[in-house]
This record gives sequence, structure tokens and C-alpha cells, in this order.
Amino acid sequence: MHPLINELIAKAPVILDGAWGTQLQALGLPLGVLPDKWNVEHPEAVLRVARSYVSAGSQIILTNTFGANRANLRRHGLAAEVEAINRRGVALSKEAADGVAKVFASMGPTGALLVTGELTEKECEEVFTEQADLLAAAGADGIVVETMSDLTEAQIAVRAAKRTGLPVVACMAFQAGKNFDRTIMGVTCAQAARTLLEVGADVIGANCGRGIESFGELLRQFREVTQAPVWLKPNAGMPEMVEGQIVYRMRPDEFAAYVPQLVAGGTQFIGGCCGTSPEFIRAIVEELARLRSSKS
Amino acid sequence: MSDYADLYQAILEGNAKKAKEVTERALAEGADPLELLDRYMIPAMDEVGRRFDCQEYFVPELLIAGRAMETALQLISPLLAEGGGARAGKVIIGTVKGDIHDIGKNLVISMLKGGGFEVIDLGVDVPAERFVEAVGNQENIIVAMSALLTTTMGYMREVIKALREAGIRDRVKVMVGGAPITQRFADEIGADGYSENASGAVGLARRLLGLASSA
Repeated sequence: MHPLINELIAKAPVILDGAWGTQLQALGLPLGVLPDKWNVEHPEAVLRVARSYVSAGSQIILTNTFGANRANLRRHGLAAEVEAINRRGVALSKEAADGVAKVFASMGPTGALLVTGELTEKECEEVFTEQADLLAAAGADGIVVETMSDLTEAQIAVRAAKRTGLPVVACMAFQAGKNFDRTIMGVTCAQAARTLLEVGADVIGANCGRGIESFGELLRQFREVTQAPVWLKPNAGMPEMVEGQIVYRMRPDEFAAYVPQLVAGGTQFIGGCCGTSPEFIRAIVEELARLRSSKS
Repeated sequence: MSDYADLYQAILEGNAKKAKEVTERALAEGADPLELLDRYMIPAMDEVGRRFDCQEYFVPELLIAGRAMETALQLISPLLAEGGGARAGKVIIGTVKGDIHDIGKNLVISMLKGGGFEVIDLGVDVPAERFVEAVGNQENIIVAMSALLTTTMGYMREVIKALREAGIRDRVKVMVGGAPITQRFADEIGADGYSENASGAVGLARRLLGLASSA
């Protein structure tokens, strides 16, 4: 186990951040523009989102680099900016964290399929190695590989992240199958945990996927095969359209009400994904404070 | 007609090489291309869909089976063209404006083709007017939309509105899908149908066009 993870879980549960994309949209990010691009174009907006999570009580914040691997940037015509986007992404989160919170840099999928040969494993490895090295060089405290569906792609990303020497969190998005407990590529929690821990992940986890109501079961499945630390960033239920607007109906207090059972189930890291905001993080902080005071 | 069960098996297992070999052999031996399609290929893809629904198959299996199907289809479709092409119906499909994710859309295309549909792929980041243009004066066809992002799913409503404004909404059936999409959302925006996954999209398309399911 990486010493930083040991230090963090000694004070578990550790509170993470929530969604970034929707927060940036509220600040004017237009439809169809890759959020990562704003690290160089509107750093003040990215900084504002990062700060809003630190002041809400996030003990770890991520970076606005989820889509900033070369394969994905190329698709958006941004391949030339891979270095600037990743470096600025870490710098902005570090500035917001100001030594109070840790900064774990986000690495999302390439968006290309290995199974059809659209991207070869070697190319995939180069893409993730480049991004992981940039994030580490920019001073990230850790790397979060997240929203993965393909186990091979996740393994390649985890290995690349691990080679930097930073602690690595490996998360997949479980949302498919009858019980919504597999990734769209068919990977189970048990397979994800065994495989990704074996290639060096310090923490295993689930993010995005379905709503928080389904995460207790995912956690139980992780715990059947491992005692490694678990990281959960659920969505605020499923989105709906109300009066022409896409909304997540779940309120921060409703979301936070699930947190005690997830903590009791053995998660060490808890935050939110799509549909969550700094208000959700605040609600988690309050819920956990209540939990502590009712115990003492 | 001799038995080409190997073709069924090759598609089911996603063995493109074998699917090609058996199809070539069958055609050389004078097999009826239409019968190859109806007796082996479409049933194989229906079985792929069934296994997907039962969680025996997942996206990788759908993809490789779809590819094997495509390989065989390429060999027989020039021979079918004179018989009228799209026998199961026609689908115009695209990932909506602002969204460049195509994995889900491509899966649906692969399954629809496997189900005998003619598919016009408009690609990704498709604005409403391109859907309208593609429909033109055709009728009894399907407009299918995909979105992965919660930030782009709302655009599906714009497309439906554009179809209405162009006066062609009643001539097409609209189906939608993608990770954040739900039946409730589909109802809200006035779509005719929603499928949770690619295999379900085939049955849905058949139902919307009033075709009997071959399963």
C-alpha cells in the first residue's frame, strides 16, 4: 500500500469531490466543448469549480483532465495541447487545494475500442503513459483512473499510472446487465477488483454508472473479494427532462442519506459523480458529522 | 439447399474469417443469398441478442459477432440488391449535436444490420437539419438518435421539434438510446420508442415499423 493512502485511510471516510462538467456548464461551458479545454481557455472558471469543492469540504479533489489523453483530444482536434491541458489541470487544482486538500489527477477512457482494433494495446499504453507522466510531473498527489468499461484498457491505464510512483485509484463504471452490476463490456466488480489490484492499483472503486442507490451492492461485491480500500463516486440517480431542462431530481440530503450505509459497508472514500455539486459534498460532510456525534 | 449451419455458428462465435469462408463456399455452390440471410445470418444475430439479454454475451461479443455478420453481408448484399435491398426497413441514425461518442451508436448499427435493416449512418455531432434532410420525402422509416452525455441528450428534443416543423414527424418513427436515456425521458421528449441496449433496438425497430419479430 502506498504510504499516502495509508495516511488518508487512517482518517477514513475521506470525502471526495463531485461533478465538474455540469459545474463548468453553469459557468458558461458551451455544449459540445470538451471541458478539459477550459484549463487553458478559461482557467478562472476551472479554478472556481475546484475551489468550490475545497470549501465544501472535499479532502481530495480531482483535476479537469478526465478527457485529456491524446486519443480523445485528437478526436476534438486538441492533440497539440495535451501537455498544456494536463499541466494546467493539475496546477489549477493544486492552487485551489492550497495544501488543505490532496489533488488526485483524473484519467478517463480513450473513447476508442481495443476489442475492434480501433486502438492497439501499444497505442493505448503510449497514450496513458504520456498522460500519467504529465500529471505526475505537474505535481499531482495521486492518479484516479475512472469511468472505465474495458478491463484491458483499465489495466493499461493503471500500469501507466503506477509507473509514476504515485498512488493509484482504479474505478470502473458499473451500469449494465440485469442487475446493473457490470460494465458495458461485461466486467464484474470481482473481476475488476482482482485484476486491477494485481496490476498495482492501491484503491479499487466504482464511479458514474447508475445512481447511489445501487452502490451498496457494488461495494458488497468488492468486499467479497478484497479488503483493499474502496472509492465510490456515484451519480445522483438518473437524469430526467423537466420543462426542457436535464435535471437530476435527487437532492443533496437524499444523496447524503445513503452515505452512512456505504461507510458501514466499508468504503473509505466517498464523493459524487454526474448530477452532484458542492452542495452534495456539504451534505455528505454534515451527514458524516451527525454519524460521528451519534456514536460518541 | 445444403446445410450451412457453420455460417450460423461462425456469426454466433464472432468468427469473421469462418463466416467469410462459409459464405463464399455457399455462394459458389449456388446457395440462395436470401435464404442464407433468413435461415442462418439473421437467426444468428437474434441469438446473439438473446444471449446479450441473458448476460451471457456483453459488448465485446456483440461487436465481434456484428463484424462477422458484416463480413458475410458484404458478400451477399450485392446479390440481394436487385431483390429490393432493405427488407426489414430503413433506419437513419446519428449521435446528436455536441456529442461525438459513437460506440453505442455503432453497436446499434451493427445489430440493426444484423437484423436485416438498411442503415444510413449520419455519424456523430449531427445537427437537427441533417436528420431532417436525410429523411427527405421518405416515409415509414426510423430516425434513431444516440447520446452519451447528459449535456447533449436534451438535443434529441430539438431534433424531434425540427422533424415536426418540417412537417415530417408523422412519417417517421423516432427511437432514442444512450447511457443517460430512460423510458421516461423518451416519453417526455415525444420519442416513439426507447431501448436500453443495442440488442433491444432491433426488436424495437421491428415493432415500430409493424414488422413481426423473427425471434
